[in-house]
Amino acid sequence: MTDPDNVVSVRDLRKTYGTATGLAGVTFDIRRGETFALLGPNGAGKSTTIEILEGYRDRTSGEASVLGVDPQHGGIDWKARLGIVLQNTGESGNVTVLEQLTHFAGYYRNPRPVGEVMEAVGLTSKAKTRIGNLSGGQRRRVDVALGIIGRPELLFLDEPTTGFDPEARRQFWELIDGLKADGTSILLTTHYLDEAAHLADRAAVINGGVIVDIGRIDELGGADARIPVVRWRERGALREERTTEPAALVAKLHTEHGGEPDGLEVIRPSLEDIYLDLVGASRIGTDPLDTASPDTDTTSAEEARA
Amino acid sequence: MTTTTTAQPPTTEPAPRIHSLGRSIRLGLSRVGYELKVYARQGDSVFFTFLFPILMLSIFAVAFSNAGNIGAAPDGTGGITWAAFYLPGMVAAGMLLSGVQNLGVDIAGEKGDGTLKRLGGSPLPVISYFIGKIGMVLVSAVLQAALLLVVARFAFGVDLPTGPEKWLLFVWVFLLGVVTSCVLGIALSALPRSGKSATAVVIPIVLLLQFISGVYLQFSMLPEWLQNVASIFPLKWMAQGMRAVFLPESFAALEQTGDWNLPWVAIIMGVWFVVGLFLCRMTFRWIRKDS
Repeated sequence: MTDPDNVVSVRDLRKTYGTATGLAGVTFDIRRGETFALLGPNGAGKSTTIEILEGYRDRTSGEASVLGVDPQHGGIDWKARLGIVLQNTGESGNVTVLEQLTHFAGYYRNPRPVGEVMEAVGLTSKAKTRIGNLSGGQRRRVDVALGIIGRPELLFLDEPTTGFDPEARRQFWELIDGLKADGTSILLTTHYLDEAAHLADRAAVINGGVIVDIGRIDELGGADARIPVVRWRERGALREERTTEPAALVAKLHTEHGGEPDGLEVIRPSLEDIYLDLVGASRIGTDPLDTASPDTDTTSAEEARA
Repeated sequence: MTTTTTAQPPTTEPAPRIHSLGRSIRLGLSRVGYELKVYARQGDSVFFTFLFPILMLSIFAVAFSNAGNIGAAPDGTGGITWAAFYLPGMVAAGMLLSGVQNLGVDIAGEKGDGTLKRLGGSPLPVISYFIGKIGMVLVSAVLQAALLLVVARFAFGVDLPTGPEKWLLFVWVFLLGVVTSCVLGIALSALPRSGKSATAVVIPIVLLLQFISGVYLQFSMLPEWLQNVASIFPLKWMAQGMRAVFLPESFAALEQTGDWNLPWVAIIMGVWFVVGLFLCRMTFRWIRKDS
């Protein structure tokens, strides 16, 4: 728990709401400078996890350390080292972008210059616009701007690009790339797997309150999940075969068919395919809100793998 | 969209301690300016809370303009106008509304719309947030009272006190009353389950208090048991303190004890201030954890 290289350290984190289980034993670490993504369907426990780490919720049991501090007892000095971009905000927005950023900058010891932050999130032209008059995506950028204005060591991004158009998302990714280059550690939750693939160094897939897999993005699901699929049509029926040597199989098919097989495809599973497999497979075994079934998966995938 | 390049690399040792009383006060003052800006830009709350006592004074003054003076001698001379009679109650109502109604509804709304959640995740001390709210209320309450006195003096010809001791009395009753109202408003904001229900929870309480505390109805006309009930609550004492400021000495005889009873004005408001502070400390949370 005291490894100074870890900005976040979580051991067997559990959270129950009355009789319902939100988290059933989650374990992971985030190393300094790392961008870590939490992936999972709605209600999987992503936001519960991130809100426990932000200090908004108390855990039922387990251990959690954020920048070396128990988030349940994090004080002002601890908060000054965090940047938090919440999932949804709905403030009345009677102040302008410039006023809001200038005001919040005053909370921090060594804030980023307001002009620089507005430039970074692409709101310079909206500086004098009241937040209430911005579009949804522009408001989200204000949220992000408020999250980074205090030069956080650790930035929480809870579904930051929901409602962004594709161009705005690309720009947001550039912004995060810049923060990463500065050494900011980031915990990200997202529904967009391309976003996780682009931004995250490692990811955990969480479902039903447990981590079903954790690792580098290109390792998720294990080697087996990445085996390409060769698909073709034979006498009207769809055939498919998973093989580590798709070229050999295609060559064999070519020989056997005496030419091009019908509807030939070689498919490398995308992150999305792997993710859906992971989530689908875990869903069969565990019901997130079923407390009658004991938690069989109390050890995380990372521990199991180690 | 360019990326920032001047960020300092994160350090492994904890940042120097930034949590100090001086910083809390400085941030509190910066919150006052911010809160005033937000408040002034909300048309509806400015109208209802800010202008309400002025509108009510105008209505009473006009409605009773032909009713003769109150407290007049049998031959119809002397006494004071209804506008002068209602002025202390309206000043007191303004003090209560600025604190209790304004903050009770405002903070419950901020809880509901995520403002407090964001602040709770920032290094803003709770005390700075309170300073911001109370400062905002003080500024708006002073402006409101000033406007009320100007309207009373110039639109309805009410004679205002001239002696410095009366104005000194005004200052302490006003400040203690407004600050007490503020802490009670902050405490009350914990009650509504949502921002939308805040008005429904807060308005009946302040409305009831105004009727039993001598704001709309002459306090000496109320049955004694109701006077005793009202005496538990601070508004009755705010109104009594303001009557001591604005009404002629002859009206003191109408009070329950036959005088202005200023020590009790101070004591009851002081007790409510302490109770309110305690309730704030006990009930105020940036967010409802685990809701």
